[in-house]
Parts: sequence; structure tokens; C-alpha cells
Amino acid sequence: MAYSFPEEVLEHVFSFLSSDKDRNAVSLVCKSWYEIERWSRRRIFIGNCYAVSPEIMIRRFPEVRAVEIKGKPHFADFNLVPEGWGAYVRPWIRAMSAAYPFLEEIKLKRMVVTDECLELIARSFKNFEVLVLSSCDGFTTAGLASIAANCRNLRELDLGESEVEDLSGHWLSHFPDNCTSLVSLNMSCLGSEVSFSALERLVARCPNLRTLRLNRAVPLEKLSNLLHHAPQLVELGTGAYSAEIRSDIFSSLAEAFSVCKQLKGLSGLWDVVPAYLPAVYSVCSGITSLNLSYATIQSPDLVKLVSQCQNLQRLWVLDYIEDTGLEALAASCKDLEELRVFPSDPFGAEPNVSLTEQGLVSVSEGCPRLQSVLYFCRQMSNAALITIARNRPKMIRFRLCIIDPQAPDHLTHEPLDTGFGAIVENCKELRRLSMTGLLTDRVFEYIGTHAKKLEMLSIAFAGNSDLGLHHVLSGCESLRKLEIRDCPFGDEALLANAAKLETMRSLWMSSCSVTFGACKLLGRRMPSLNVEVMDERGPPDSRPESCPVEKLYVYRTVAGRRVDMTGFVWTMDEDAATARL
Amino acid sequence: MEKAAAVLENDDLKLRLGLPGTDEPEQQSSSSQVKNNKRSCAEMEIGSCQTGQEQESGAPATKAQVVGWPPVRSYRKNVLQQKRPESETGSGMFVKVSMDGAPYLRKIDLKFYKNYFDLLKALENMFKCTIGVYSEREGYNGSEYAPTYEDKDGDWMLVGDVPWEMFITSCKRLRIMKGSEARGLGCL
Repeated sequence: MAYSFPEEVLEHVFSFLSSDKDRNAVSLVCKSWYEIERWSRRRIFIGNCYAVSPEIMIRRFPEVRAVEIKGKPHFADFNLVPEGWGAYVRPWIRAMSAAYPFLEEIKLKRMVVTDECLELIARSFKNFEVLVLSSCDGFTTAGLASIAANCRNLRELDLGESEVEDLSGHWLSHFPDNCTSLVSLNMSCLGSEVSFSALERLVARCPNLRTLRLNRAVPLEKLSNLLHHAPQLVELGTGAYSAEIRSDIFSSLAEAFSVCKQLKGLSGLWDVVPAYLPAVYSVCSGITSLNLSYATIQSPDLVKLVSQCQNLQRLWVLDYIEDTGLEALAASCKDLEELRVFPSDPFGAEPNVSLTEQGLVSVSEGCPRLQSVLYFCRQMSNAALITIARNRPKMIRFRLCIIDPQAPDHLTHEPLDTGFGAIVENCKELRRLSMTGLLTDRVFEYIGTHAKKLEMLSIAFAGNSDLGLHHVLSGCESLRKLEIRDCPFGDEALLANAAKLETMRSLWMSSCSVTFGACKLLGRRMPSLNVEVMDERGPPDSRPESCPVEKLYVYRTVAGRRVDMTGFVWTMDEDAATARL
Repeated sequence: MEKAAAVLENDDLKLRLGLPGTDEPEQQSSSSQVKNNKRSCAEMEIGSCQTGQEQESGAPATKAQVVGWPPVRSYRKNVLQQKRPESETGSGMFVKVSMDGAPYLRKIDLKFYKNYFDLLKALENMFKCTIGVYSEREGYNGSEYAPTYEDKDGDWMLVGDVPWEMFITSCKRLRIMKGSEARGLGCL
């Protein structure tokens, strides 16, 4: 009989394991380890809310304190997932309100949250501390009022970029006078003005406040009041950064910033009036994260600011920065790890700024630690991509969006296959890739051959045939999420690689060539997958089987078919013909 | 699952098209089955592939027709759209200019000028007057005329107090005041 430690000892040992991977591995060792582990797991991450059910989670892990759940597929961000598709958090909250009375944290992404859910959270969890709602929707500021009023120990309230029905700013005034526990408050997505005096008093009485992200409606003239009450801030999101220039406002703002010696992150900065930017110069040398993606100011002003931030690690900025600004960035910010350049005029037919592939090349040359890129531009070349790949072999995330989705190499007019091929070949640690431009099946061959660590791939308007999809599904060993739109990929590659889909979190295909017949076949063959067809034209069985479906979402699950679908979503399974509820 | 694995084994080096279990020789891709206009890309030459619904016409599709493209989150799109238009378009910032005693107003494009000096010289030319030199303490004291402007809040301000870029974004109209009237503005 094998010697084994007493339970308490094992439990203590397991308490040092925080990663899910480690804990999952531990639970496979033997039955008693499984039991001990499951009673001691405190944090759960659910990447797809339909992959598992609340009941299954609760049954296995009875003592959870923190839950993180993601809902809609990523393409929901671009309006590709129809309204009413799902990702309702209600069943989770209801189940947890009964089973986890000591729950402390809820983090949700792309889920539908109602005021009723928020009220239930506020009532059910006495020790509730952290609520993060990232890109969620379905609730109003009334729900926020319940949270503010009832969660006595609230540390973190982060509304991310959620779509909140903003009835009024009154919710903030619901924080009781004895609430002093706030560490992080992010209300930047809200439109309405909150009572400034309530906000000021709240900030003043929370000595541990580290993150404060205001909304646009908080006027610049009053920012210095808040900063004086919270000089310990590490992250600040300003409100609108504009005011009538008055030297008294400027000097009190500059003085207030100069006291914030711990400030590392700066964001907000809507409606920037450049003349007020020097007020932050005193903190620039400490700034590691700067979000200027709402600052509609021109390159010279951007450069003046950015070149003061020598310790910058993360920059989000509009393409107003232009190639010249990116060159200056490359010269000043040698610690830069992440760059995101957003388009100022995404729907304009002509370029409005001088930002080309050259800007990104400069940054790849000048910033040795660059590992994460999101870049919107209007032209690209294989030569540039090859240069970037060779400069930065440690790249981890590379997302390129050329505004014209099938733009060829602007110098040679060839497809961008070799450019992206160089990226995957050189950047062996690449985990995330989004591609645009003119791309043939060849690029997918490169990806299948080289991108062994790739976990997430986004493809649009690319490829010629099923061979492309087959290369990806058969070659990318680490692939977890694949999202495809408007590509000529059909049934063959999908069915030939059906088993692969069980090793992934999800596959999204919209405006491709997958037929209804193939979806039914896949659903019948693979009981561990939910094969969901979305079609706003009506039930797919009212059209021939050879007709392609509008949208396909396939994901592995242990929870069986969804039961909460609306009228345009069908699950293909054994009884595929009448699949919908 | 076994069936799928068997298919993979049978594949060898070539991808067999057609549903697994059939023996059809390799042929043109499955898009021949597709009736939908949106996906005839595979049948068209590389390089002439167009996006959007109107592929048959060969006209470049307008971006607006393609749902969710470019992939910018609506949150971000909304914020950019709320921007004031004058800094975005290249169409100029025209403001009315009145001068005390002149029979009619003029209009000038503030974007045309780089600084106060250019603006004031232009105004002097346009209205045949002398505006003189700005000083922080005295304003335009001693000049025949003083330039003032109405800002976003509706207040009348002396031209020259604020940095140029701030001025051009907040100036709604200009008024060239007689020096005698302007005395009040200059002496604060």
C-alpha cells in the first residue's frame, strides 16, 4: 500500500497551486487527490459559458470563491453575433447564489447581465468584493446602484467597455458613507454625469484606491480635486481632457499630477486639448501604460507626450501618430512591449493620415521588447512583414488589419502569403494571429507548418479552397480558438478534421461555404460538440442541404445542447431536423 | 470519432475532397455547390477578388456594405463619431469677422493661418486698420483697434491670451473693436 500524506497536508500543498493546469493535472493522479483538490479549488475560469453548466461546476467544486466566465464569441465585438444569441449569466448567478454564499469575485466577459442579476449578486454574497464586467450588456445604472448600496466590502467595480443603459449618474451616490474599501473603480464607459461631490467624497474616504477610471463627463477643471484626495493612484483614467485654457486650471492640474508619484497608467484623455498635456509631464517618466486611443490630436502633440515616457511598456494610440510619430516612439521608448494603433477614420475611402507599414517597421526595429501588436493601416508589403518578423522573433501577438481586407502587397501586387509566412516561421512563440490582405491557401500552409504554439487565429476574406482550412486544423497543434469570416472554406476540411474540434475551445465560421448537410453530419458524429447554426433567413431545413449556412459556431461541451436559444439558432445533433427549442 | 480518424489515415499526403468515406477524385473546390453570391472568391482570379455583395458587377464594394468591417468595436466607433467635426475634416474653420463701423461682415478660414501674427496681419489688410501688437499686460492698448473673439461659452475674449491651437478650436467669431471700447478688456 502506497504511503500517503494525511489530507490536511495534501490540502496545504495544493494551496500553493494556483494555475488551473496544475490543479487539473493533480486531480488526475488518483481518486483521493481528485477529492482533496476539488474541495480546495477556489478560483474557476470558464472560457465558454456553454461548455459546462453551473450545476456541473458546483457539483465538482463546492467551495469556490472566484468565478470568471466568458460568453459570446469574439466576433460579437464586430456585430457578427445576432442580438439575442445568448450568453445569459442569470442561470449562473442563481445557481451560485444558493451554492456559494461566500463567493467574493465575479468576472464576466461578453455576457448578458441584467439588473436582476446585479441585485441578486448584491443580496446573495455577503463577502462580495470584486465585480468585473468586460464588454457585457443588458443592465442599467439601476443595477449598479444595488451593487454600490449593498456590497459592504466592495474592492473592485470595473465596467470595462460594457454597454450600460445609462439612466442617470445617481447610482454612484448609493455607495454608503462607511464604504472605504474601494481599490479599483472603472466607470469610463458610462455617459451620464455623476454627482461630483459624491465622487469626491468616495475617493477621499478610500485610502486604498489604486485604480480610478472616470467617465468623459467628469470635467477637467475638477480633476485636480480628485487627485489631491488620491495621490496614491497607480492608474488614472481622466474624463474629457479639455477646458477653456486658464492658467489657474493648468497650474492646479500640473501641481496635482506632480503629487501622484505612483502613477503608472494613464487613460481616458477624450477630447484632448494639446495645451493641457504638459500638465502630466511630471509623471511621464513613471508611466508604463498609456491609452491615447481616444485622443484626437495630431502627431506632433502625440510625440511630445510619448517621448517623455521613456519607461513606456504599453501604448494604445490613434493613427494620427503617423509614421513619423512611430519613428519617434521607437527612438524614445525602448521598453515598449505592446503597441496598438487604431484607425481614426475606418470608413473613409481615402487615407486621412500618413500611416503606413513603415511605422510598424520602425517600431519593430527600435523596440527590442515588442511582443504584442495590433495595427490598423491601409497598406502593407511582404518586405515589411518579413523585416518585422526578423526583427522581433519573440513576438507573441500579431494582429494586422488592413482597411481594404484583400489588399495585396502594395509594392509587388502579390498576395501577402510570404510576409505572414515569415511571421509564423520566425516568431516561434506566436500565440495569437489576425491576418488581412490578399491571402491564398499558401499562407495557411505556412501557418500549419510553423505556427505550433498558435492558440488563436482570426481570418477574414482569405484563402482559395478547403486546403487552406485543412492546413490550419491539421497543423496547428496548440489551436484553441479559430474564427473565420468570408472565406471559401467548406465541408471537406471541416469534416475531415472533426476530431480536432474537440481539442479546441471553439470554431466560428460565418459567410463561408459550409453546407447545412455538413453541419448536420458533424453534429451527429460528434456528440461532444455543440454545432450551432445561425441563420436569419429562417430554419435551415427549409432550404436544400447543399445550401451554405450563414453562421456556424462549434464548441466542445460537457453540458449538452443549449436550451436557451432564440429563433434563429439551431443545434445540430442526433435529432438535427428539429433541433431548435 | 473513429470514422474521422480513419479518414485522416486514408488521406495520405493529399486532402481528399468530398465527404469522408467516398472515393471521388480530387476536383475543383466545393464552392461549385455554393449558390450564394458572396462566396465565389475561389472561382475568381486572385487579385481581382472583390468583397461585399456586388461581386458580379466588378465595382469595388463600399466598405459600409460589409458588416463588421473593419473590425472596430462599436464602442470605439461611437466615441470617434462624437468628435467635433472641425478638427477632422480638411474643409476649414470659417468664422465671421465683424468690425465696428464696417457695413458688412467678412469670413476667414482660421486654418489658413499658422499663428496670431499671420492672422492679425491678414485682418489689418482686410479691414485697412491697425491692430498693433499684443502684450499680456496691456492687451492692444494704444492701438486703434483691438481684436476680440467669442468663445464656446459665449464670452468675449481678447485675441492673443491663449495658445494658438486652443484659440482656433474655441473661436466662434471675431470682432474687431474700436480701441476706446476695448480698453476695458486690456486692463485686467
